[in-house]
Amino acid sequence: MSVDAQTDAAARTEVLIRFGIRYGFLILLVGLLIFFHFSARGFTSPQSAAFIFQSVAITAILALGVTATLVVGGFDLSIGAVATTTLMASAYVMVVWDQPALVAVLFCLGIGLLVGFVNGVLVVHMRVPDLLATLGMMFLLIGLQRIPTEGRSISRGMTLPDGTTAPGSFSEGFLALGRHRFDFFVDNLIPASVVVMIVLGIVMYVFLEFTRHGRMMYAIGSNPRAAELAGVPVRTYKIVAYMISGVFASIGGILLAARLGRGDIASGNNLLLDSVAAALIGFAVLGAARPNAFGTAVGALFVGILLQGLTMMNAPYYTQDFVKGAVLVVALVFTFALSHRAGR
Amino acid sequence: MTTNVALAISGITKAFGTNLVLRGVDLDLHAGQVTVLMGANGAGKSTLVKIIGGVHAPDGGEMRLGGAPFRPADPAGAIRAGVVTVHQSINDGVIPDLDVATNLVLDRLPGTGEPHLFKPGRARTIAAEVAERMGLALDLRAMVRDLSLADRQMVAIARAMAREPQVMILDEPTSSLSDAEARRLFALVDRLRDRGVAILYISHRTSDIRRIADRIIALRDGAISGRFETEPLDYEAAVTAMLGHGLTEAGIEARPAGAEVLRADGLRLTPAGRPFSLSLHRGEVVALTGLIGTGKTALAETLVGLRSPVAGRLSLAGRPYRPRSIREAIAAGVFLSAKDRANNAIIPAFSIFQNISLPFLARYGRFGFLTGGPERKMARDQIDRLGIVCQGERDPILTLSGGNQQKSVVARWLSQPCRLLILDEPFQGVDIRARRDIGAKLRETAGDRATLVLCAELDEALEVADRILVMADHTLVGAHVNTDIDLDQVLSQIATHAEAASDARPSR
Repeated sequence: MSVDAQTDAAARTEVLIRFGIRYGFLILLVGLLIFFHFSARGFTSPQSAAFIFQSVAITAILALGVTATLVVGGFDLSIGAVATTTLMASAYVMVVWDQPALVAVLFCLGIGLLVGFVNGVLVVHMRVPDLLATLGMMFLLIGLQRIPTEGRSISRGMTLPDGTTAPGSFSEGFLALGRHRFDFFVDNLIPASVVVMIVLGIVMYVFLEFTRHGRMMYAIGSNPRAAELAGVPVRTYKIVAYMISGVFASIGGILLAARLGRGDIASGNNLLLDSVAAALIGFAVLGAARPNAFGTAVGALFVGILLQGLTMMNAPYYTQDFVKGAVLVVALVFTFALSHRAGR
Repeated sequence: MTTNVALAISGITKAFGTNLVLRGVDLDLHAGQVTVLMGANGAGKSTLVKIIGGVHAPDGGEMRLGGAPFRPADPAGAIRAGVVTVHQSINDGVIPDLDVATNLVLDRLPGTGEPHLFKPGRARTIAAEVAERMGLALDLRAMVRDLSLADRQMVAIARAMAREPQVMILDEPTSSLSDAEARRLFALVDRLRDRGVAILYISHRTSDIRRIADRIIALRDGAISGRFETEPLDYEAAVTAMLGHGLTEAGIEARPAGAEVLRADGLRLTPAGRPFSLSLHRGEVVALTGLIGTGKTALAETLVGLRSPVAGRLSLAGRPYRPRSIREAIAAGVFLSAKDRANNAIIPAFSIFQNISLPFLARYGRFGFLTGGPERKMARDQIDRLGIVCQGERDPILTLSGGNQQKSVVARWLSQPCRLLILDEPFQGVDIRARRDIGAKLRETAGDRATLVLCAELDEALEVADRILVMADHTLVGAHVNTDIDLDQVLSQIATHAEAASDARPSR
């Protein structure tokens, strides 16, 4: 009898732990929303929601990209630098070369693809460990983006190194990427960057979960040797993962440039850490214990909601990084300690 | 026989889950004597070694070291008591980025009572003593990573000797050495024997065994299957005891073969290997047997494009066949189910159906999208056909027992038709029932393809094959139809050719 009762209790605890691992993070998210609804006036208004989405859009896009490299068991530290490089590059193409917005966008996407390809080749063919290869690339890009303008920011009418004045300017169309707002129940509510984020999030989610390419990428991340012996082109997919990461980061950089309206040399410092944190928090969502697009998006939103709520409750700005760090640590405990205890 | 027993092992049993690995092993190791332990894959050799070395605790039985009970709690405990193991993987025994002297004194570093400051001079003095005692003529300042494999192995053994052990276990120490290097190793082993160390030596190489064995113990299915202690040692009988036969008359009805599927002419797998020819036919199950390291896996890898042959021509269904990658092989209809499923086959993060469908994802959806239905239905069919015990096709693969994991791996390659199916050790680490299930299913489905099964255990070959090929020294040395087969001849081909093979190995 008592033995039965004990196993019953143990089974119940087991079920509870499983439930906690699976839904814990989402429950926490809902709890936060309820808490802020009552303690911060205006938190649950459409404008506030749009603001939260806008504040995390670029981070989330970069995080979705780095998720692709995490899925194949890699890592990409260069995403922040890719974003700031494309920020500078788009400004340079439009302001100094006086080219239209489309050229700037294509040029930047090209940079993202190229950097991702080089990262992939370094990791796959030169056998440089992923953290080191992408760290090197990060430094290289941070330096490279300063060279054409001798370390200065790019804006309309700036004086170029050769003494002439820059001929071009940011086109209206390009700026719209950062400033246009779509109507959604309320007029002028949703910024274009948020729409881009949502579209990319859905694309990434479908790609990873429902295509054979995504399936093979997860196989590579779990056991590359077995994947190879099952005929998966491991090297190709790894390079593709870094190219996805590069191109997503360049999209983030383009949106950042469009929002700022100038090639600001000091912007985007926090992008790398914030987006990696979002992707890692994503491990804990729905108890996935693996990189996944849905989790990454929720991870980015979670941080955004927390910061917005705390700001509306008058928490000082300098506590923000501390809060992000704390969320990340809790999420990692969820992912690793708890799910291992549940025997998976 | 000398009567000075260093380590007495009696009635040791060990099970992992329901899998009984050791069923009561009795073994005495005598001081100043080299005991060679032979056993096929899965016979329980490594489990026995790990129990002696303190990695695993036995479920039953006892060990006595020098008369006193010996129950090591962990490897460090075994070493303190005087039982050291030198592992097969040489780099487990040395630290490549340190010099020889530091490697030799390494075990003193964590010891209490040692000074905290590391003095290279003092280390070299102690190391020089150790090297002197072992007859090790090496530059003590040389970095271990710059040494040859043989020298590294010597350093690992000398390092183990610095602990002055009573019992030393050498696990296939010559597996990556040339003959000349091996001879230096034997000189070192002689020295250990003269110093009165009881040595347990694990190897299959005849030349090793003839050179240094004082006696041979054969292990099979978790129990001692033969002891050979009187001169001259009967190596062939030991191989027979290790591989065993006659337990299972599987009642194979050898079927007539269909059209030729794969043909190899003048194939050479290594520069030193003799060329051989091979012909595999539709509807036929062919087993390839031979000791470990004789080239079975090399042949399989050649057939699927993982390595290119030194010489020779392959043809598939009458056309020239030269795959450059495993993808090309799969596209041509040649599938390989690799050995060692944990490393080479299982995707641990995936469910059963995802593991089964992995090589053929393009066939389960449109435009790259996986719709789920056909893929999962295929997996359910395979689960039913092979009798995989699970709750559903969506169960994580790691929740299955070893035998059912192996069935899933086989199911992966049975799930689509092919021309030639190669299975490398498909019965590795599975219980007898799963083994029978897999073998029966392979025979049942064999009609439309050629099947090549690689297995070191003769019993497994007899259970599954229409025809048995024997491999030694990277060439084929025998072919037998599996009806009224002359087992003595097969065994002697396995054993004697292995001897000729290892004798013929080139020395560097």
